[in-house]
Amino acid sequence: MPTEPRLEISRTDGDSLLVLLSGNWRMGSRLPSSEEIRRHLQDGSVRRIILKEGAELEWDSVLLTFLNRVAATCSEQGVAISTENLPDGARRLLALASAVPERKGARRSAAKEGFLYLIGDNVLQFRQAAGEMLDFIGEVSIAVGRLIRGQARFPRTEFMTVLQQCGADTLPVVSLISLLVGLILAFVGAVQLRVFGAQIYVASLVGIAIVRVMGAIMTGIIVAGRTGAAFAAELGTMQVNEEIDALQTMGIPPMEFLVLPRMLALALMMPLLCLYADLMGILGGLLVGIGMLNLNTLEYFNMTRESVTLTNVWIGLVHSAVFGVLVALAGCLRGIQCGRSASAVGNATTSAVVTGIVSIIVATAIITIICDALGI
Amino acid sequence: MGAQGIGNNREPVIAVADLTMAYGSFVLQRDLTFTVNRGDIFIIMGGSGCGKSTLLRHMVGLKEPARGRVLYEGVDFWEADPAQRDAIMRRIGILYQSGALFSSMTLGQNVALPLREYTDQSEEEIQELVSLKLALVGLAGFEDYYPSEISGGMKKRAGLARAMALDPDVLFFDEPSAGLDPISAKLLDDLILELRESLGATIVVVTHELASIFAIGNNSVFLDADAKTMIASGDPKVLLAECKDPTVHRFLTRGVEKAAP
Repeated sequence: MPTEPRLEISRTDGDSLLVLLSGNWRMGSRLPSSEEIRRHLQDGSVRRIILKEGAELEWDSVLLTFLNRVAATCSEQGVAISTENLPDGARRLLALASAVPERKGARRSAAKEGFLYLIGDNVLQFRQAAGEMLDFIGEVSIAVGRLIRGQARFPRTEFMTVLQQCGADTLPVVSLISLLVGLILAFVGAVQLRVFGAQIYVASLVGIAIVRVMGAIMTGIIVAGRTGAAFAAELGTMQVNEEIDALQTMGIPPMEFLVLPRMLALALMMPLLCLYADLMGILGGLLVGIGMLNLNTLEYFNMTRESVTLTNVWIGLVHSAVFGVLVALAGCLRGIQCGRSASAVGNATTSAVVTGIVSIIVATAIITIICDALGI
Repeated sequence: MGAQGIGNNREPVIAVADLTMAYGSFVLQRDLTFTVNRGDIFIIMGGSGCGKSTLLRHMVGLKEPARGRVLYEGVDFWEADPAQRDAIMRRIGILYQSGALFSSMTLGQNVALPLREYTDQSEEEIQELVSLKLALVGLAGFEDYYPSEISGGMKKRAGLARAMALDPDVLFFDEPSAGLDPISAKLLDDLILELRESLGATIVVVTHELASIFAIGNNSVFLDADAKTMIASGDPKVLLAECKDPTVHRFLTRGVEKAAP
C-alpha cells in the first residue's frame, strides 16, 4: 500500500539542498508544508535546490501544486531549482503549465465598491434600462404602424399557434382561479352582509368586483406567469441560439416576425379570457349564494343583471386588452434583451413575470383614476 | 498517473462488445466490437450522422445500449451496481463539443466543482489545483472570467481543464477541433498528445478532421451510416495505406482519388 507523502531534506556538498520526494502524493493525502524548505533557505547559504524522485513515488496533480509552491518560494529567494530527477511526466506537465505565461491584465481585481458608488451605478443602469424599454416600445409602435398600413410581414401560422397557447390552453387554470376568487369574494362579503340581512347584495358585490376589475387582474396575472414567462424563455433561447441574429440578417425584423404576433394574439385573447373569467367568477359567487345564503338561482341572476351595467363590462374588457399588450411587451422585451447563457434565460423569464405583474397593477391604478375622473 | 512505458503495453481499458445502438426501433449501428488499450489515442471516425457522438454517449454511460456491453477493465458498466458506476464515472473526463461550461459559474468555479464534490482537499489546495489546471490548458489567470466572456477556443480549453480536474485515466473528446481555426486545432492536438505522454491517460476522440486523425490517432474504428456497423478498425495511418474498402479509402483521402495502385 502507498504510504504518506514524505519529504526528506538534506544538505549536499557546497550550496545545494537535496529534496527527496517519496510516498503517496495524491489527492486526499496530507501534504507536507513547503515551509520546511523555506526554513532551510533562510540562512542564505543555499543557492540551488535539487528535487529528486524517492522510493515508491505515486503522484497526481497534487504533487504539481506542491512543486509550484516550492518554485514560487525559490524565485522569491533567488534560488535556482533543478527538476531533472523528477518523473518525466511531472516535468513535462510543469513545463506545459508554464508554457503560456499568464496574460497581463487578465486577472481581475475584486475591488469592493462603496455605497455611494453602488447607488450611482444603479441609477445609471436604471436610466439605461428605461432608455432600452422606450426604444423597444418605439420599435413596436413602428411595427404596428407598418402592420396597419399592410407593409409588415406577418407570420400567420405563428400567430395561430400563439393564439392557441395563450387562449384555449389557458382555459383550465383560468376557470379554476376565477371560480375560486368569486367564491372567496362571496364568502368574505356574505359574513358582513348577513349581519344586516342583506345577503342578496352578495350578487352585486361579486358581480361588480369580478366584472369591473378582478376578472381582468386575475387573468392578467395568470397570463403573465404562464404566457409572458413562455415568451421570454422562448425568445431568450432564440437569442442564445443566434436565431434572432439569423432573422435580422435575413432582413426579417424580429419585431414584426416575433413580437407583433405575440402581442396581437394576447391583446385579442385576453378580453375573451376575461369574459370567461367573469362568468366563472359569478358562478363561484352563485355557489356560495345557493349553498350558504339560501338564495335561489333566479334571484341571484336577476340581482347580478341589475347591478352589473354594460359600462362595467366594457371597463373590464379595456383593462384586459391593456394587460394583454403589457404582458406581451414585458415578455418579448426581456426575451430580446436576454444575454447568451443559460442563466440569462432564467433571469429574463423571472424579470418578464415581475415586469408583467407590476405593470398590470400600475395600469389598473391608472385606469381606475381615469375612470374616476371621467365619472364612469 | 506516472508515465510508465506508454503505448507498449496492450492492456485493455475499455472493451465494447456486440454493441447495438438504437433510438426506439431505429437502429443506428449494430455489432460494434473493439478494444481501447491503455495509452491509446483512439479515434472514432465516420461521416456525419453515422452515430459517432452517440457511440461516445454509450461509452461514457449517458445512454444505455439496446444490446451488447461496454466493459471498463472487465467491469460491465450497465450491469455494475451504482457504487461501481460512480467509481468508473469518476475516472473518466469528457470534453463536450462546445465546452459545456456552466454559464452561471466562473471558469475557476467550473474547474473547482468536481474537486469540491469528489475530494476533501482544503479550499486553498483546490484553488491551487484550479490554477494549475487552467495553466495546463494555457488559461493562466482566467479564473474569474465567465464562459460568456471568452472565445470558443478558450471555452474548449477551459472545458478540458474541467475534464482533467480529477486526473482521469480516460479522457473523451467530442469533436475537439470543430469550430477552431487550424492553428488552434493544431495546438489542441499537441496538447492531447502531451497529455497522453505526461499523464499516461487513455484518450478517446470523436472526430472527422483528417489532419487530427493522422496526427494523433494510433487506433481507430470507422463507423458507416449505410452499412450500419463498423467497417474498419486499427491505426488510421495503416488504414490509409492498406484498407481496400472504398468508403474508408474515400473518407481518408477526402474523396480525392490518387493514381490507381
